[in-house]
Amino acid sequence: MQTNQMKTVEELTALSREFREWIIEMLTEAKSGHPGGSLSAIDIITALWFAEMRGVESAQQLAEDRDRFVLSKGHGVPALYAVLAKKGFISKEELKTLRRTGSRLQGHPDRRRLPIVEASTGSLGQGLSVAQGLAMGLKLQSKKSLVFCMMGDGEIQEGQIWEAAMSVPKYQLSNLCAILDQNGGQIDGPVSEVMPIEPICDKWRAFGWHVIDIDGHNFSEILQALHEVRTRHERGESKPVFIRARTVKGKGVSFMENKIEWHGAAPKPDDATKAIAEIRAHR
Amino acid sequence: MSKATRQAFGEALAKLGETHPEIVVLDADLAKSTKSELFMKKFPNRFFEMGIQEANMIGVAAGLAFTGKLPFLCSFGAFLTGRFDTIRLSVAYSGANVRLIGTHAGVGIGDDGHSQMALEDIALMRTLPEMGVFQPMDARDTELLMDYLVKTWKGPAYLRLTRQNLPNLYPEGHAFDPLKLTPIRNKAGKTAPVVLLGTGGTLCEAVKAHELLATQGVESEVWNATALKPFDAETTQKLAKAARLIVTVEDHSVFGGLGDCVAEAISRLGQHAPLLKLGIQDQFGESGEPVELYDKFGISGQEVARAVHSHLQTIKG
Repeated sequence: MQTNQMKTVEELTALSREFREWIIEMLTEAKSGHPGGSLSAIDIITALWFAEMRGVESAQQLAEDRDRFVLSKGHGVPALYAVLAKKGFISKEELKTLRRTGSRLQGHPDRRRLPIVEASTGSLGQGLSVAQGLAMGLKLQSKKSLVFCMMGDGEIQEGQIWEAAMSVPKYQLSNLCAILDQNGGQIDGPVSEVMPIEPICDKWRAFGWHVIDIDGHNFSEILQALHEVRTRHERGESKPVFIRARTVKGKGVSFMENKIEWHGAAPKPDDATKAIAEIRAHR
Repeated sequence: MSKATRQAFGEALAKLGETHPEIVVLDADLAKSTKSELFMKKFPNRFFEMGIQEANMIGVAAGLAFTGKLPFLCSFGAFLTGRFDTIRLSVAYSGANVRLIGTHAGVGIGDDGHSQMALEDIALMRTLPEMGVFQPMDARDTELLMDYLVKTWKGPAYLRLTRQNLPNLYPEGHAFDPLKLTPIRNKAGKTAPVVLLGTGGTLCEAVKAHELLATQGVESEVWNATALKPFDAETTQKLAKAARLIVTVEDHSVFGGLGDCVAEAISRLGQHAPLLKLGIQDQFGESGEPVELYDKFGISGQEVARAVHSHLQTIKG
């Protein structure tokens, strides 16, 4: 299997800045979509695809023993499309077709049109169950592949998440890692007001998960946590891993940060110019 | 000889497990009732007890299918199809090659009452693109259908099974084709004035009605639908052109089930026989003796014959 070339923190930082720019561009072009949750997730997704995940180097053919990434918070998919474009699974040019009639880049991940997204998601709460099935299937075949599943913090208000949270430890799926992109916001307001989810780490620990608590924008912490998933699995540990990643909604664009109105509103061309100038200033 | 189709399913699944290592089975704490326990006892390593978590079970089955397995996930039809959004997205829209097994179809389960009765499952599953919807008529049909679902069918499929025993009605020597209506009681070359169509638990009631009507001087014929989707519109249209009355009998809501399959098929014709849809008429199920419930809901042989008589009167009038 081809292994991912380990990128340095500096390289990952530069990549994720480029992806932030692409996210703004494609959402502006599409005139709709979710910037807040895409920008909060992009650092973790970048680290996964460019540093930790294995078997995803070749866009020509999907390797059977590849690591899997399921984006359960499907509305954050522009972040994934940016990464897939850089990886060559889709073309950079294709990003402009986001949400257009006939495009493979549907508003939420569509496994039929773009198999590398692994699961069709968008109705929240379902991705972790599919990830569990992937992990069980890979384990049955004695494959070493890992399955990563990213959820939103509002998303885990869904009951099905807790069914999976209970079920995954029963099957001792140490090849499964659930990542919570905890950006604190959802459509109707702050998660803490809409439907409180804390104490989140205690809850997952009580359900039988190994919990790692990180800053979801700090590449050193992200890389260390993801690496721990693999070493624990290879060591024969039985517990699945839950990574609580504290993130900022709209991260990297100051006027979007922690602003609920940027959950599901696309930037206008003026906003985009401002946002991109700010992202570039940091490069 | 009579057998519940859930029993025939369990036996067929355990047998197919021998030659199809890709088959895995999931159940949500109802393995004894759905008869998936027959597979569990034989292949414990390929059986997953998922607990009382139908939605998670559906998603897990989809994930297993994406790694090349052929998952059979089993529960009562009411509970399974009740998790419609999960089936819609994680299974259907994802193109997951899974077999959804819903047992305890209709008021035929009796005592347990409405909450346990699958009464809208066919309607729900028929709305999902590419989802196959099947309901076998007896043990033999179940066995043949299971073979078809493992070896031939691609993509998701829903299989609806009965709790109660059903008599053997599969015609001897008939060439199996689940996608075609099966003639059960008919005379070749001539369509009877009354065509009775049954599916699953009600086919035997349609046959009883056919026999009763014969003693009353009304000529009828009986057909079975194993596939509710894709539905055999071609045969249905032929029958509806030649008959005076077409009657559907089903242990399911009259909305979206067999009756509506027929209605959809014949609505394209300029002229066709009137359609009488017998089934659960915009009402809830209830506890009781299955035999009494079939009478009460108008789907027993006797009630079907009565309804046919009275409808023929109105046509004449």
